[in-house]
Amino acid sequence: MTMVITGLGTVSPAGVGTDSYWKALVEGRTLIAPIPDFDTDGFHVRLGGKVPAFDPHEHIEGRFIVQTDAFSWFAMVAADEALRDSGISAEGDPYATGVLMCSCAGGVEFGQREIAALWSEGPERVSPYQSIAWFYAASTGQVSIRNGLKGMCGVLVTDEPGMLDALGQSERALRRGTSSMLVGGSEAPLGSPFSLACQVGAGLLSGSDEPSSAYVPFTEGASGYVPAEGAAVALVEDAAGARARGARPRAVVAGHASTFGGVGEFDPGGAGLLHAARQAMDRAGVGPDGVDVVFADAVGTPKADADESAVLRQLFPEGVAVTAPKTGFGRAYAGAGALDVAAAVLSLEHQVIPPTPHVFDAPCGLDLVVRVPRAAPLRTALVLSRGSGGGNSAVVLKHPDHA
Amino acid sequence: MRREAVVTGIGVVAPGAVGAAAFWEMLTAGRTATRAITLFDASGFRSRIAAEVDFLPAAHGLDEEQVARMDRYVQFAAVATREALADSALPLADVSPWRVGVSMGTAVGGTTRLEKEYVAVSRGGADWVVDHSAVSPHLHRALTPSVLSGEVAELVGARGQVRTVSTGCTSGLDAVGYAAQAIEDGLADVVVAGASESPISPIAMACFDAIKATSDSNDDPEHASRPFDRDRNGFVMGEGAAVLVLEEASAARRRGARIRCRVAGFANHGNAFHMTGLRREGTEMARAVTSALDQARRPATDVDYVNAHGSGTVQNDRHETDAVKRSLGEHAWRVPMTSIKSMVGHSLGAIGSIELAACVLAMDTGVVPPTANLSTPDPECDLDYVPVTAREQRTDVVLSVGSGFGGFQSAVVLDRGE
Repeated sequence: MTMVITGLGTVSPAGVGTDSYWKALVEGRTLIAPIPDFDTDGFHVRLGGKVPAFDPHEHIEGRFIVQTDAFSWFAMVAADEALRDSGISAEGDPYATGVLMCSCAGGVEFGQREIAALWSEGPERVSPYQSIAWFYAASTGQVSIRNGLKGMCGVLVTDEPGMLDALGQSERALRRGTSSMLVGGSEAPLGSPFSLACQVGAGLLSGSDEPSSAYVPFTEGASGYVPAEGAAVALVEDAAGARARGARPRAVVAGHASTFGGVGEFDPGGAGLLHAARQAMDRAGVGPDGVDVVFADAVGTPKADADESAVLRQLFPEGVAVTAPKTGFGRAYAGAGALDVAAAVLSLEHQVIPPTPHVFDAPCGLDLVVRVPRAAPLRTALVLSRGSGGGNSAVVLKHPDHA
Repeated sequence: MRREAVVTGIGVVAPGAVGAAAFWEMLTAGRTATRAITLFDASGFRSRIAAEVDFLPAAHGLDEEQVARMDRYVQFAAVATREALADSALPLADVSPWRVGVSMGTAVGGTTRLEKEYVAVSRGGADWVVDHSAVSPHLHRALTPSVLSGEVAELVGARGQVRTVSTGCTSGLDAVGYAAQAIEDGLADVVVAGASESPISPIAMACFDAIKATSDSNDDPEHASRPFDRDRNGFVMGEGAAVLVLEEASAARRRGARIRCRVAGFANHGNAFHMTGLRREGTEMARAVTSALDQARRPATDVDYVNAHGSGTVQNDRHETDAVKRSLGEHAWRVPMTSIKSMVGHSLGAIGSIELAACVLAMDTGVVPPTANLSTPDPECDLDYVPVTAREQRTDVVLSVGSGFGGFQSAVVLDRGE
């Protein structure tokens, strides 16, 4: 079986849709700005990558909006684009398509609001939708219901790598009779100051006020990352099925692997990330010379960056083009790996590597694409992702003409 | 040859019983662990009852540092993992850590702790923006339930595929199903799988109060969880954990492991209907059952015991009864189908794994646990629910089903292999 992506959708700090996302990536735009959701005066985190001017009513029916947190809005809207793009719908066999959405924090703004209501006004003031808006499964459930999709439905919580692992799990589902899977990652942490406060203790969030230098991985100025919100969703199916229905594959998901590196750290030493990358490349049948670009995890702390650089040098002794376009907009937790997968698909399609905004010199002996996009013949992309909960995942994507 | 996943060890932390042996003694005695809530002051709430675990972390081998670091639900999982590993007698040193995975389910993760801390730093919910320096530096661990599978992986020494599954109330079945798939497809040789939950908190009770999903039989908590009974009035919240050690079958046989059962089939579907409502017909759950039986290469008539979701809500028990009739046909009336939630309550994401542990024990001992409190059957629920008293019966093929908010419908088939 060959698994292909035939539909793609994003909601990112560049706006709704893959067109705006790709344009911002190629231009290397700065999408990091002061968080508008609450008064950040005195708060450790003041910058974020916010989805601009997002009005759910422009995209989603009111009855779904009232039941859900923004993390599910982003998932629903990105899923709409991916489904439209793929031409898949529940008409025909509703069991043919499954849904698997990842989040690591769930509906935090909705949740914080209802806890505040409970404790300041009493149990009878808690929303009847609290039980279905806050939990991690909200997005999969709503996307399944809204689109009538009854195939294998799941939810993974593996932090930033969620989407990469969802692609791996999709292969399990396709091998067992589900025809296609709608998979993604979405997150909306900026609306909940409490959820950001929880993250501060991990020491990974940048406390900077300067959007152009707050998130600069692989540099001496690295001081953590800027939190972001957003979602990316892909429709994956077996290549033979796509061919039979005349669908255009946008990329081949050639290999996935994940490993564990230890709780609360980004894989100290990088052995887990290295192992995951090697396994994914083996499964994809590519060696170091077969990979044309790496979408790096780029945490933005000196230790995690040094570990990732070391892994890249070990994997690619002859060098490889590396990029981390997320430095333009931040790390969106479970949306982070998802938006990187989307960026890699778009990169293969356009045969252009987007740059790493705000990083101006290629450091640590890496061939980091900086300042301007780089046109190059791209057959294969490797996407790397680490979770703060200890997961390391790698996915190899191939251009359909070179699969 | 087809790779298969077998269960070689189990561990249980349940209301009323820590440890698989005590758990099984309680279930087969038909004893209930539902009671008035002691974990917080529930006065003012509609439902003030739950099935709580009497859990003393130090007595169960957790040190101070672990207790400080781990949420209650993670502590449950740690204790259940230790028991399961010991039960399996698996020499982990002989297995490459890269070939060992973890798959743990939870529906709400660390939300109990998140609520507690938010209330503490927000002047009782009055402040929207909180002082970040007042929040515990470990709280990022509560924010994301990936920490559950991570902590289990640390205990096991696993470095393979480690993931938390969070499909609401089917998490405990799905986590074990995904684990079996990982072994079948060659991604791992050992997966420690299970689920854990500790949701007995003001916000969780309040959110189910708001939709009247929980029982308000506050005056008679021991008899409040009444699956399939005419007088049932909602589920009783529970907590707990169960962990199963899954191994690739041929490797388990080679090392002479005591093989308890095979995970023979697993399927899950969305009902694409409603986040909390169920269509009476149970078509999607029936489809999951049929698909799981197909994977197990078994006809419906092979099923000896059905472990029901049986939450005790009016709609669930009818939905499920119809789903089982739809999928098993005439055999549905001949096979015993019981809900242990009548005794241990509904621990959301954990219960699916706790129920699978009960299924393994039913196969081990030749006893089917009863449905407690079933004194006046609902005329619309007309299957053999084994009321009140356990039944001796050899069991070789078990079907366990689950249903959850979000529309998730899952089915797992366990058997003794082909």
